[in-house]
Amino acid sequence: MPKDPLLRLENLVLHFRTAKGPVQAVDGVNFDLGYKEAVVVLGESGCGKSSLAKAILRLLPRNVQTYTGRVYLEGLELMGMPEEAFRQQVRWAKMSLVPQAAMNALNPVLKVGDQVAEPAMVHFGVKKDTALTQARKMFQHVGVPADFLDRYAFELSGGMRQRVAIAMALVTTPSLIILDEPTSALDVLTQASIFNVLKRIKQEMEVSFVLITHDIATSSELADRVAVMYAGQIVEVGDAQRFFAEPLHPYARKLMASVPRLHGDKEPEFITGQPPSLLDLPTGCRFAARCPLRFDRCVQDPPLMEKEERLVKCWLYV
Amino acid sequence: MSTETNAVVTQGTLQAEAPAVGNGHTGALLSVQDLHVWFELRRWGFGHAGYVKAVDGVNFQLDYGEAVAVVGESGCGKSSLMKTILGLYRPTQGEVIFENHRLNDLKAHEMRWYRSHVGYVQQDPYGALPPFMTVRRILEEPLIINRVTDKAERTRRVRKVLEEVKMGPVEDFLPKFPHMLSGGQQQRVVIARAMIMEPKLIVADEPVSMLDASVRVEILKLLRGLQTSHNLAVIYITHDLSTVRYFSEYIFVMYAGRLVEKAKVHDLLHNPSHPYTHALLAAISDPDAQNATRFREIPPGEPPSLVKPPTGCRFHPRCPHFMKDLCDVKEPPDFQLEPEHFAACWLYQ
Repeated sequence: MPKDPLLRLENLVLHFRTAKGPVQAVDGVNFDLGYKEAVVVLGESGCGKSSLAKAILRLLPRNVQTYTGRVYLEGLELMGMPEEAFRQQVRWAKMSLVPQAAMNALNPVLKVGDQVAEPAMVHFGVKKDTALTQARKMFQHVGVPADFLDRYAFELSGGMRQRVAIAMALVTTPSLIILDEPTSALDVLTQASIFNVLKRIKQEMEVSFVLITHDIATSSELADRVAVMYAGQIVEVGDAQRFFAEPLHPYARKLMASVPRLHGDKEPEFITGQPPSLLDLPTGCRFAARCPLRFDRCVQDPPLMEKEERLVKCWLYV
Repeated sequence: MSTETNAVVTQGTLQAEAPAVGNGHTGALLSVQDLHVWFELRRWGFGHAGYVKAVDGVNFQLDYGEAVAVVGESGCGKSSLMKTILGLYRPTQGEVIFENHRLNDLKAHEMRWYRSHVGYVQQDPYGALPPFMTVRRILEEPLIINRVTDKAERTRRVRKVLEEVKMGPVEDFLPKFPHMLSGGQQQRVVIARAMIMEPKLIVADEPVSMLDASVRVEILKLLRGLQTSHNLAVIYITHDLSTVRYFSEYIFVMYAGRLVEKAKVHDLLHNPSHPYTHALLAAISDPDAQNATRFREIPPGEPPSLVKPPTGCRFHPRCPHFMKDLCDVKEPPDFQLEPEHFAACWLYQ
């Protein structure tokens, strides 16, 4: 296994321009992702986690104000790469996306087989037959019967459509797949079976995952590592085993305590207040206003520092 | 879920203005008997092409002050059940009885009496609130419709209900429009609107599924608090079993138009009986790093079409305990396992 991480983000910043001022959606994010590893980016809505996916894949809207930092994929720096080269060589060829509500993003007038085959045709220049064979293989991986290749999206159930979207991301055999809330609109049984599919892919294929979600309980289904995001920044990164046993950052602890559990008798708690607006961020620690453990140092911005092999952005652990 | 005994509202109180009935009632508030809600399918606009049997033989009773959760996957008919209870759909067969009044027999003005007694908390708060009305106007609207003509009285009740849903200081929120509120605050306004006529029953359709984890618990606790302080009955429709246990007394599990298991929360979670309930519970994860290392057992296939549901037990094509010539032939009745625990499964005959 190569020594470099598969994906390395260094001080990634993505701000959007709006009439009310810049929205600091991603504000200095650093993390590494290894080969065949799955990291979960956990956060509430509006914390910038979907923007992080966009920033990694350079799928940017028009109103970008600042887009800086470094993104390394397999040791290759991507930020300096011209857009055309990025499109041809990186996006979908090396890393692909299962977008939010992907099941509703399928083209209604194309057969799903053709849709899954298309990225292979575009990126590798192969003939349609070859691409369809590849698509059939991917259907097998995600557990969709091969005769569904000739069906249209409306003929499939939600779970099947979500599997097709995953197959579409897999068809170019990328080394990284970014999943943005892959199961948020699905029923529990379908949700569990999609995670079974993802676990199997993780065992069978050479691929890493970035799973973006707000659902803490299901995030544990795939995570090797967990990154918690709050107000545009990562506040804690660590090994899943230790994170789910004992989160460190006060926000992560509160978030964990808010999960209703099926087993055990602890009543779930809630976090008072609301996350700050990304338009008008407080100075110092961004969680300070809601933090039960706040003290005088919290008016300064804490660095992301190492604690028991984990990274935490909190003054408590200095 | 006890028998109807003390429901004492007489015909005379059937006016548009809600009759003053104090709390402390016992006995069935709502009784649903053999309810069927079918939607006709048309071919080419007029030919008959069968029925979507969204609700197909549902029975239950709900007492004053009781909370029940109806759990099921999308397409199992839980929304149709809810809308029939709200009086938005007419039952094809069977009865919804509210305080000894059959919903089918109510006339238009009596329907208004009924609706003032039943609050509805929608799933998507932003979609449920009119964007051009202020919070004050949104909350006054039901009062105006129910002929509370005194403006001071209306203001008093709007303030009271906003305080009850813990939106303070009230003055700050009254002139705001829905888009100026956070998701949690919007849902509070929806709850306040459902509460303003001082109903006896609240029907909440996935009240927290659009909200973030940290806010979710806050809203559920608020609903639970209102339920106890006002002796409200709550029907809580959800697909998320893990939130249910803290916020209701009973769980009904719905599958393909029928209630397959009815039990107290504790009994259902610790002693699930119907194979479908087993499957649901097995699919839910608690946050635990071990989850990543094991596959979950999921019953094969998908919920059936409600146009042509399977014969016999509707879960039989997916069931691990399938018994030939029984499950696929005869529909299982509700078998009683414990005093308040029913399962519609031949395993318990």
